[in-house]
Amino acid sequence: MAIDIDISRRLGDRMIAARFVAGPGLTALFGPSGAGKTSILNMVAGLLKPDRGHIRIGDRTLFGDGIDLPPEARRVGYVFQDGRLFPHRRVRANLLYGHHLAGPADRWMGLDEAAQFLGIGDLLDRWPHSLSGGEAQRVAIGRALLAGPEILLMDEPLSSLDAARRGDIMVVIERIRDELKLPILYVSHDRVEVDRLATSVVTIGE
Amino acid sequence: MLSPEEWGIVLLSLKVGVVAVLATLPIAFLIAWVLARHRFPGRMLVDALVHLPLVLPPVVTGWLLLIAFGPLGPVGRWLESWFGMTLMFRWTGAALAAAIMALPLMVRAMRLSIEAIDRRLEGAARTLGASPWHSFWTISLPLALPGVLAALVLGFARSIGEFGATITFVSNIPGETRTLPLAIYAALQVPGGEAAVTRLALLSVALSLGALVLSEWLVRRTHGARHRHGD
Repeated sequence: MAIDIDISRRLGDRMIAARFVAGPGLTALFGPSGAGKTSILNMVAGLLKPDRGHIRIGDRTLFGDGIDLPPEARRVGYVFQDGRLFPHRRVRANLLYGHHLAGPADRWMGLDEAAQFLGIGDLLDRWPHSLSGGEAQRVAIGRALLAGPEILLMDEPLSSLDAARRGDIMVVIERIRDELKLPILYVSHDRVEVDRLATSVVTIGE
Repeated sequence: MLSPEEWGIVLLSLKVGVVAVLATLPIAFLIAWVLARHRFPGRMLVDALVHLPLVLPPVVTGWLLLIAFGPLGPVGRWLESWFGMTLMFRWTGAALAAAIMALPLMVRAMRLSIEAIDRRLEGAARTLGASPWHSFWTISLPLALPGVLAALVLGFARSIGEFGATITFVSNIPGETRTLPLAIYAALQVPGGEAAVTRLALLSVALSLGALVLSEWLVRRTHGARHRHGD
């Protein structure tokens, strides 16, 4: 399933633009901080509106040709840099938030399966503030997967973790790429991460 | 322990306070939300109008209510002819005066907690399939809850203590508009009324402390759960 993106957006005096077609596997959006990589993910997720262009997943148009789907209709999972778990809900309720909202036909993973896949079965009754950085990021990934997305966006998901945790989460990301075969758009400014994880690389902000 | 008359005063004060605060809550939340989240022409004016009862002498607020809601006032005439309803010299009028005086405090408390919500959490909810409404009910409103509780307590305390606007608007009628502060004032006018004043003042203290303890308990219950572990 190809992700076809051709968008631009002016933010203040900066021009953010991207044009690429991402195939299966993990496509890294690579470039220096401040190049607008996160803005591109936000436009794909529907949190930021492009000035022009189009965003298509397979034969589904998310934006362009007079279409501008709201975020909740895009089936685009988003793992944020800071996890962004809901602080007033336990881990279980965080994980199930999008799962309950997705149509039964759109879900492709259950809670038990996700908990096992991510190794977070012991965390279900905990509150987000009591989790370590690595645990929180696993839960954030699980929450996105359980909503039944067609693609996954990841915005520097390793940047707040120490070296040991980074390795753990990289293994999780590789398994999402290879076992779940979920197309991933992955933002990073770290060459090592990109070399290890990326199927293809799009350079942003030349 | 309490005379029937004192019970009547306490119950009336509670009725006025509860009705005023519950009726004001949705309106105050809406105003707080709009002021916290939206930029529009006239925003400063709305902000100033809401805060007016906080800075005006209460007697002026009462007089303005008298002009607007009195039998010849624009709102009063309309209420009378359409609903056969008068607020003047009624406990409902006392509740209205209390509500107007509580409004700015309630708006302020809720606005602060609405402004403190991390809006990126709402964005996260949207990417998980939540409509704007669903995100409001499941994310924004629960996160604003401490502010809502604070508003309830502040508003209630302000309401049962209301004096100036109330006595100006609905007078001091035993059994109808004579709430605790007005009863204390009336007792002070009577020679040898010191004992009655002392009893009413103690009642007033007990009522306010009770509200404070109840709110503390509510805050702990809603807030405490998610902070019980760790820190």
